[in-house]
Amino acid sequence: MMEGMLQGLMTAISPFNIVMVVSGCIIGTLIGMLPGLGPMSIIAIMIPIAISIGDPSSALILLAGVYYGAIFGGSTSSILINAPGVASTVATAFDGYPMARRGQAGKALTIAAIASFCGGTIGAILLMAFAPALSSVALLFHSAEYFALMVLGLSAIAAFAGSGSVGKALMMTVLGLIMATVGEAALFNAPRFTGGVQEFQSGFSFITLAMAMFALPEALYLVLDPNRSGKAGEGGGEIRDMRITREEAWTIAPVIGRQSLQGFFIGVLPGAGATIASFLGYAVERNLATKEEQAEFGKGSIKGLAAPESANNAACSGSFVPLLTLGIPGSGTTAILLGALMSLNVSPGPRLMIDEPDIFWSVIISMYLGNLVLLMLNLPLIPYIAKLLAIPRNYLIPFILFFTLMGSYIGQNNATELLILVGLGLAATVLRFADYPLAPLLIGFILGRMLEDNFARAMQLYDGFGFILERPMTIGLLVIATALVLLPSYRARRARLLRKGVAQGD
Amino acid sequence: MALDRCIALVFIAICLVYGWTAWFGMDGSLPPFMRRNPVWPSSFPKVLSIVGLLIGLAVVLTQPPPAPPKEGDIDYRRLTDYKLGQALLLMGLMVAYALLLRPLGFIGSTAGFLIAGAMTLGERKLHILIPVALAASLSVWWLVQEVLGIFLRPLPSFL
Repeated sequence: MMEGMLQGLMTAISPFNIVMVVSGCIIGTLIGMLPGLGPMSIIAIMIPIAISIGDPSSALILLAGVYYGAIFGGSTSSILINAPGVASTVATAFDGYPMARRGQAGKALTIAAIASFCGGTIGAILLMAFAPALSSVALLFHSAEYFALMVLGLSAIAAFAGSGSVGKALMMTVLGLIMATVGEAALFNAPRFTGGVQEFQSGFSFITLAMAMFALPEALYLVLDPNRSGKAGEGGGEIRDMRITREEAWTIAPVIGRQSLQGFFIGVLPGAGATIASFLGYAVERNLATKEEQAEFGKGSIKGLAAPESANNAACSGSFVPLLTLGIPGSGTTAILLGALMSLNVSPGPRLMIDEPDIFWSVIISMYLGNLVLLMLNLPLIPYIAKLLAIPRNYLIPFILFFTLMGSYIGQNNATELLILVGLGLAATVLRFADYPLAPLLIGFILGRMLEDNFARAMQLYDGFGFILERPMTIGLLVIATALVLLPSYRARRARLLRKGVAQGD
Repeated sequence: MALDRCIALVFIAICLVYGWTAWFGMDGSLPPFMRRNPVWPSSFPKVLSIVGLLIGLAVVLTQPPPAPPKEGDIDYRRLTDYKLGQALLLMGLMVAYALLLRPLGFIGSTAGFLIAGAMTLGERKLHILIPVALAASLSVWWLVQEVLGIFLRPLPSFL
């Protein structure tokens, strides 16, 4: 392990990779600050660039930097103009924006930067401790368990990530799985479900799908509803006095410590991720606070700002645990990272740490660097970066659309791909109107191939469906998966019946 | 009927077509030596089609009536209250971009897309817009061509 770590350290601190971390963080912060662009859209836009770098470590380092930068940039726009660019920074706006209105924007940004830094760093340390242990357990898994584990992951994502009903989220997951079976399968090398269309021979392109699911609907929402871009100019005043006092530092220190731990473990769970971590962190700290402090929450409490900021950054590190050790993404963002890795011929999973320790460890070490870079870069530069919020939307939106077009064109070099992009983007927007979550679709699509490969391998080993019954762990995981899906729908149904005044069956 | 149930019905239709292909349309062309295999190219799609049908039916039958849209969300029932025309025009521009990219060349079509897109949204300061669009298309072309090494035809095909 020591050897791998040193190898990773050497990779991560090579001049080229440091440039990658720094530019990833800067790009992420700049774009993440623009209202309406979340980390998923930004990473999707950056993937073609990352893939053309060629070296998987550098590409992943760049994308991880973009991820952190985007989360941090999102908090900047939450605090300054109350327009969170990212769902996970919505809780930041609860107390950050009131502070900014009181003229304490500088202080709020400093607290956000410090809390993010601590959350991210503690998360990276925990990742270092837990990932190797988990991947040694995962090495005991066979294809049957992998199949069951992926089913469990997909149902957990549907159960926790769906904004509304579990059924809708499951439907999107299955749609993603169906889309993954279009084209030539790895095991059988015969085209399936192409409908005779030549372009479908190699299946849907993952980059096009990612753009169509996230970046395009975001952009269209911005067009449809101009208010979403935030009211520019409202918080555009001078930012001064960024220092925090010693007492304030002492007040937020325990909050940051607790929320970094809690955020990390929530981030590890599939489907939960940074958004839930930040809301839960805010709620927990509010309950723990004294009576006087509780009254402050929502009106500009520094505790209420520090809690979601440290929790969401720690959760981002946490979400790398299942990705790096099991090869199963727990969130939309890590699913996109997984897709990027697979395009670079790296398959994350328990063997990653053994076969390619330099990739594994360099990513973890670059997380420290990324957090350091964010802190050093953003503290002095915040007042200047905030000027970016003044870009008029007449320029912003055509450029976002152009970058999505470019991203899917570069990947395939094929103009038909652009028509597929527009078609899928329209469909995704309609799905979003009806409140269907889109992340499960993309995760299903990305996991589809692996799920089918493991399914086929297990079927071949056990000569049929026997693998489900013969391996206790497989059946255990599948039972948990079913329970995860059925429990919330059962409870929601019971709650509805109770509201209607219908007596309970039992 | 609410939009989400309509979508679930479309999903069921997709599952039916998909399932029909998987159950009855694929196995005929399977070479004889693969027939002894316990898993066929159609095995996983068969499972998926059934799971999909069940979930689709569950959503159609049990979906509660949609909640009123949340603050800041777009209400599709009042779509015409929003800038629908602009959104449709921009989608049209993207299709035009896809069709014109090869014949017009990268620089011309990109600058055209950016200018037309911004004007659709109401930008009228052409003396700023045109130079910005041209500079952006040239620099992106340079980046893709020279730094990433991917060929993009810069000029119209007849030049």
